[in-house]
Amino acid sequence: MATTATAPGTKLWGGGKSPFNVEYGKLMMWYFLMSDAFTFGAFLISYGTIRFSTNGWPDPNEVFRSFPFAPEGVHAPLVFVSIMTFILIISSVTMVLAVHAGHNMDKKGVVKNLILTIIGGLAFLSCQAWEWTHLHHEGAWWGANPFLNHDGTASSTNFTNYFFTITGFHGFHVFSGVIINIVMLIMTLTDQFEKRGHYLMIEKAGLYWHFVDLVWVFVFTCFYLI
Amino acid sequence: MEHTAEHQEHSGGGTKEIVKVTIILTVLTIVELILGFWMISIPLERASFRLAVKGTIVILMLAKAFYIVAYFMHLKHEIKNMIMTIVVPLALFVWFIIAFLYDGNSFRHLRNTYDPHYKEQSTIKIEKKEHSSETKQEGAKPNDAKDGKQEEKKATH
Repeated sequence: MATTATAPGTKLWGGGKSPFNVEYGKLMMWYFLMSDAFTFGAFLISYGTIRFSTNGWPDPNEVFRSFPFAPEGVHAPLVFVSIMTFILIISSVTMVLAVHAGHNMDKKGVVKNLILTIIGGLAFLSCQAWEWTHLHHEGAWWGANPFLNHDGTASSTNFTNYFFTITGFHGFHVFSGVIINIVMLIMTLTDQFEKRGHYLMIEKAGLYWHFVDLVWVFVFTCFYLI
Repeated sequence: MEHTAEHQEHSGGGTKEIVKVTIILTVLTIVELILGFWMISIPLERASFRLAVKGTIVILMLAKAFYIVAYFMHLKHEIKNMIMTIVVPLALFVWFIIAFLYDGNSFRHLRNTYDPHYKEQSTIKIEKKEHSSETKQEGAKPNDAKDGKQEEKKATH
């Protein structure tokens, strides 16, 4: 028994071996993210259900058409939000580079890429803060919808309620991701991972950060594109 | 040390793979945006055509999600059993999406068929100028009107 259990590729669950070949914390991070995916999924499906049960819906290209420092009546749909999307994709890339540097025990690379990721996260949050402020000035908030439906009929407050709730929930995830990355940066700079002999914590923070990017892919499509 | 050796095994293709996935994600996003811009010019009357474009965007979205999870989150390089414990529960979403969206759609049809008042309210067009000045005031004070009532209120103006 003992010999077959340790042979590679056979009897994963025979003992003396890590069946999933990942560290405990990383596995638990995956299960946390799975549960978080259900939370966001429930939000987005609820939004979809309401949208399917309503006759009219505002045109996102009319609602999200401005960008910072633009003149009053500017009509530039999708421009600002595509900048936000690319910021998040790029910060995801720098995070994956930080994880990669961690594998190679390259402290300098980890520090550099973590700083870039944090800057990307802060840039995204600033964009979102600007957008929320702008929409609020136009009269949009939870329970208040100044926009008309696509066909010119009156729109319900469901639109703004869902928009602010879901982007707010996502923005809060980005915010906590930035905090986690800052903690990781401090731990790297104080050589805690060097002492441990591995950078596995960066990997867990990385998983969380990629998940935030993943959720944005869905939020971006559901609210701005379709 | 044991950990680093362990992770070399399933760390994937390295920097080359990261660059490749970055390019794929960028291209997919650009295609999505092109479709989004294109959809602005498609009239509302061509509903089924618009729906087809939206479906294409959703497929591109799923492709992006796959690349992020499989390569950036390294799930593709994990052991199959572990992948299954994460991906199989998410299959619930298939039922979830079909059931709830179908339900929403059926509710809309029922209301349009059996609630003539609702149907009438949702066809009254509102003048844009008058509306925007009215909503400025509305945004300033807290508005506790529920959506149905608010629709009525606005429509009777």
